[in-house]
Order: sequence, then C-alpha cells, then structure tokens
Amino acid sequence: MDEPALHYLDNNATTMPAPEVVEAMMPFFTERWGNASSMYEFGGRVHRDMEAARAKVGSLLGAGDPSEVVFTSCGSESDNHAIFGTVQALGPETTVITSKVEHPAVLQPCRALEERGHRVVFVGVHRDGTLDMDAYRGALSIPGPKLVTLMWANNETGVLFPIRECAELAKAAGAVFHTDATQAVGKVAEIDASAVPFDMLSFSGHKIHAPKGIGALYIRRGTPVRPFLLGGHQERSRRAGTENVPYIVGLGKACELAAAELRDGTLGRVAALRDRLQEGLLAIPETVVNGNRELRLPNTLNVSFPYIEGEAMLFHLGDAGICASSGSACTSGSLEPSHVLRAMDAPFTALHGSLRFSLSRYTTDADVDAVLEAMPGIVKTLRELSPFGRGEEPDDPGAAR
Amino acid sequence: MWDYSEKVLDHFHHPRNVGTIENPDGVGQVGALACGDALKLAFKLDEKKERIADVKFQTFGCASAIASSSALTEMIKGMTLDEASKVTNADIAKYLDGLPEQKMHCSVMGMEALEAAIANYRTGDTTVRELKDDPLVCTCFNVHESEIVEAVRINHLTTVEQVTNYTKAGGACGKCKGAIQAILDRELGKAPAPAAAAAPAAPVPFAELSPAKKVMAVEKVLEAEIRPALRLDGGDIELVDVQGARIQVRFLGHCAGCMAANLTKNGLVEKKLREALGDGALEVEAI
Repeated sequence: MDEPALHYLDNNATTMPAPEVVEAMMPFFTERWGNASSMYEFGGRVHRDMEAARAKVGSLLGAGDPSEVVFTSCGSESDNHAIFGTVQALGPETTVITSKVEHPAVLQPCRALEERGHRVVFVGVHRDGTLDMDAYRGALSIPGPKLVTLMWANNETGVLFPIRECAELAKAAGAVFHTDATQAVGKVAEIDASAVPFDMLSFSGHKIHAPKGIGALYIRRGTPVRPFLLGGHQERSRRAGTENVPYIVGLGKACELAAAELRDGTLGRVAALRDRLQEGLLAIPETVVNGNRELRLPNTLNVSFPYIEGEAMLFHLGDAGICASSGSACTSGSLEPSHVLRAMDAPFTALHGSLRFSLSRYTTDADVDAVLEAMPGIVKTLRELSPFGRGEEPDDPGAAR
Repeated sequence: MWDYSEKVLDHFHHPRNVGTIENPDGVGQVGALACGDALKLAFKLDEKKERIADVKFQTFGCASAIASSSALTEMIKGMTLDEASKVTNADIAKYLDGLPEQKMHCSVMGMEALEAAIANYRTGDTTVRELKDDPLVCTCFNVHESEIVEAVRINHLTTVEQVTNYTKAGGACGKCKGAIQAILDRELGKAPAPAAAAAPAAPVPFAELSPAKKVMAVEKVLEAEIRPALRLDGGDIELVDVQGARIQVRFLGHCAGCMAANLTKNGLVEKKLREALGDGALEVEAI
C-alpha cells in the first residue's frame, strides 16, 4: 500500500523548520562553528551573528533593548527559569498566581513550589476557557510579594487570556508578571513589550518554524529574577552554557519570518482555513467546538465528537495521512483526560472524544479537504462500534463497573 | 505513539462481531463514558444451551480497547460457558500478540465484561460482582479490591504502577496508591491479611451523635468517598441539612439536572453514607 500524502495539522505540537531557517543555520555547522565567547575574530564574528539574531527576536517581542532577550534550550526551560528564578529573588513569602489550564512546564514548577510551602493560587476558567477575572483580581489582593504566571494562548484550545489587562492589574498590585507565550508568539500581534507591561515572556523556537532545542526568555530590565542554570558568564551571567549559535541564528531567522507574517495577511489566510475546517466538522452530528471561538488563536481548532474516543480517531486519521492530537486519556500518557477541558467543565461525553487541529503558514486547502473527507466516515465507524449515544438507554449511569 | 502488534491493528481496523443480539442469553457491560472506555458484550447459546453460538460487542475506547473486545469475541465463540469463564485478560493479550503494558487494562475490561455476561446468564443479575465485603479502592475509576486481587493473581503483578496499568486503579488522583500497595503486600505474602488487624473500637452509633458531629461525619464521607467520583464527571454535591436520620444534599455541576442523578443518589450517595456511617436507616434526599 502506498503511503498517503502527509497532512500535517499538529502545529501546536511542533512545526516544520522553515527552509529559510535551515539555510540560515547551515554555515554555523560547517564553517562558522567558533565559540561566541572567544577573544579571537573567528569567535567574535560568530558573536556578532548571535547578537544580530538577538536583535531580531527582541524586535518581534518589542523589547526596548535586545539584551533583554536570554536564549534558552526550550520553552520549558524559560518557564522554569522565570518561575523558580523569581521566587528565589522575591523570597520564601512569595505567593504564586497562575491558572488551572497552564502547560505542565508552568503547572509542575508551581506545584513544586506549593510543596515547598509557597502559597499558590490556581485561578479557574469559564466554560469557554477564558480566565475567571474576578478570581484573578481576588488573588492579586493577597498581601506580600507575588509572582503571576499566565499563558497568553492555550496550547489545547487556542483560547487567549487578556494578558494586557492581566499584566496591568498585576503591576498595579505590585506583582512580578510572567507570561508563557509559547503558542502566541508569531500568531498574536498584540505581543509587544513596549505596550504590554509583562516583566518576562517565555517562548520556544520549534513552534514558529525554528528547530527544536532553542527557546528564549524575555526579561525586562530590572526584573528580580535569579539565574536558573549556573556555571558561566554567558547571556550576561543569566544563563550559563556555551551558546547554541546555529540554533540561535535559526531562531532569529524564524522571528524575522514571523514578524513579516504578522503584517502580510498570512494569519488571515490561516484563520480562514481553520474556519472552513471548523464549519465542515460542525456538519457532523453533535460536534462541539471547545473554547471561545472569538478570543482564540487563528490557527487552532479543538473539537469533540461525543461517544467516541480520541486515540481511535487519531489512528484512523493517521491512515489517511492526517496528523492531529487529542485530549483523551489514552493519548495523554496518563489515565486522565485533558486538564484543560476538565477545568472548562466540559461534559465527559466530550472529554475523551476531543481532537485538536492546529494549522500553520504551510497548511493548504488540500490538508483541510483531507480532514473533511476522512472525518465523517471515521466518526460514523466508531459510533457504530460504541455502546453510547443511541438514545435507547440512560447514557451512562455514573461510573458503574 | 503506541507500539501495537499487527494483530491489534488488524482487530482495530477490522473489528469482528460488532453489534447487539436480539434476546441474548447473557449481557455484560463494564466501564463508563466518564472513565474513557466501556464494553458491552452479549452472547447467545446454542439450542442445547451448551456452547456460545453467537457473541457481539460494542466498545467505546481506544484502539486497544476495540481490538481486545474483538479478539475476545473470536476466542469465546463455540466455547462452553465453563470454558469461557476460564478466559483471562492474559489470554486476550496473548491472542493479540501482546499489548503495551499501559494498555493492559483494556484486556482486563474484556475479561470483566465476559464475567459479567456469564453471571448475567447464570443469575439474571445485572450487577458485575457481588460487592459485599469488597471495598472500593479507587474512587476515581471505581475499582474494587477483588478486581485488583484478580489482576494481581492472573498477571503476577508486583508493583503499584503495574496494578494501575492493568486496572486503572490509582491512575487519576493517586490517593489510593497506599491501599494498592497494601493489597500487593498481602498478595505477595509480605503482610498479614487485614482480618488479622485489630477490629476498630465500636463507634458511637450515628443516631446518637450530636447534630454538629453528624454534619462532620457526613461531610467526611462526602469528601472522601463521594465527591471524587462525582468530580470525575464534572459534578459535585453539597450538604444542605441533617435532620435526625434524614440527610439533605444538593447536586451541583453536571450532576444537577443529570438524568442519572437519582441513580447516583440511591446507588452511590445513600449506599456509601449508610455503609460508612454504619446506619442502614439513613435516608438521603436530594433537593
């Protein structure tokens, strides 16, 4: 059997490295492989290339000075650095305020701090995935030093938090404000350090067509945050370790491309494709969209098909060459379904049958067509197999075994 | 991505014996939508009522749940009920050339549905097991001690993680991991059976408690034994009042207005409160 054409719709998991990015990186493996910290010109040149990349990253984020950008190995490292580094600087009395729907790279450090005795507030979300602002304001009224860490866009649903308002409220309450913008950078034009008063911002290269293994942490000048990785003077002593110059150059190029994309209408085209996919899938009976449809990334669609299970759908989609992901328990590596959908109080008929499609600049009409062609049959097949959803009996009398 | 055998993929892509049977001799259903997988198995015996002449299944679940169900139906067709009742989850996994360790619970679900269907034929009972003296260990996935003991014995399990992979017990909040370890210790001969433990001092009967103590006692049971199960379905419960032996509660979240709330009230809330508080006369009223 021939392999079907690949239809990659899992760009919130990772993205294809842009050809321009790969091209920009190549010389730094073959010719310009010097150490950026060395004193001779062979290293010095590399240092200048690295600083040019830093300027591109800083420009995309609206940084006042490129030196506010610290290169890291990934988004998770950036989050850990921001959270542990700030709490260390602010002291043992620090309260941490976050949300229930953060990425594990934020949730788990917060839980670790809770175990160490810190007060941690996990603010909830409404049924449409938007932040409970009343609860957030309430948390900010807790006295003493505070760190707020909130995601800009949710990786599973694409729902946006009002980070400008959240950051302004945090600053008014004297809190340090960090945002995990891993899914938002390059997709949200409002990200601008000169206009939104976040103190720190994390993101990752491989979500914006740079390779895996490179991330960045924006640290506004004057923010109280200790280094996370010790052992060298690199990155102005904020992050030890010989700089990963080829990847840093790749990240710079990816940010340059992303900045152009925010202006040239690419995101509008992506949103139109996503909306067409959404409309087509909603034609399948009982399909529900998870999360607010307006306050959402242009590339993300999270839908549930009740009475059937996510992994089974993904296997069938895989046969059609389609790559997507699911919030079902069987795909999460644990036995529990998505913490995001549960925090949104999604009905359990929807929890195990959720699929996430996430698009990119490389997504085509053919990709959307492939899903719309395959999905109705997959849902029908699996519903025929399922004992639920026939309306013949009380759907599910509790967790009776 | 899971590393499934060719046989698992074959049974997933081409499931055998899907559907229902008219006037079946036995039906068994295990699992639930909330748990992420469920299996309904029905069989019909031949005219002499000796062998399984036809068997059908419906499964809600992942690829390996579907494959395990399909495989099971192929295995038991033509068997006598005595032969079928000896089929274990290990046999199902073996038939499929193995399942990933984390997916073994799918094969256990098959075995339990078969047990339930055979019990249904023999006793007419629709409940899966005789649950008397069978403590609920995992409230998140509703797993009883006897199920864990059975999985441990059949599959020679030695760790809590294995028990979770085979039964799901301990796979959500994790609070029952200590209890699972205790069962393992007992099964592996490292600890005495619980019967040997000293019986707790006789508690003050519920009816004789002060109103405040009654509220505290009820709240404790709600929190430990009932809310975790409801929360899994996005529901919750609050205590409104206690008047004598009458406990007023209010269902919240998804439980409020849920079609199954009355079932939950009688089958879970009232049963649990009566058991835990040792008072069979307790009545629960949902308002």
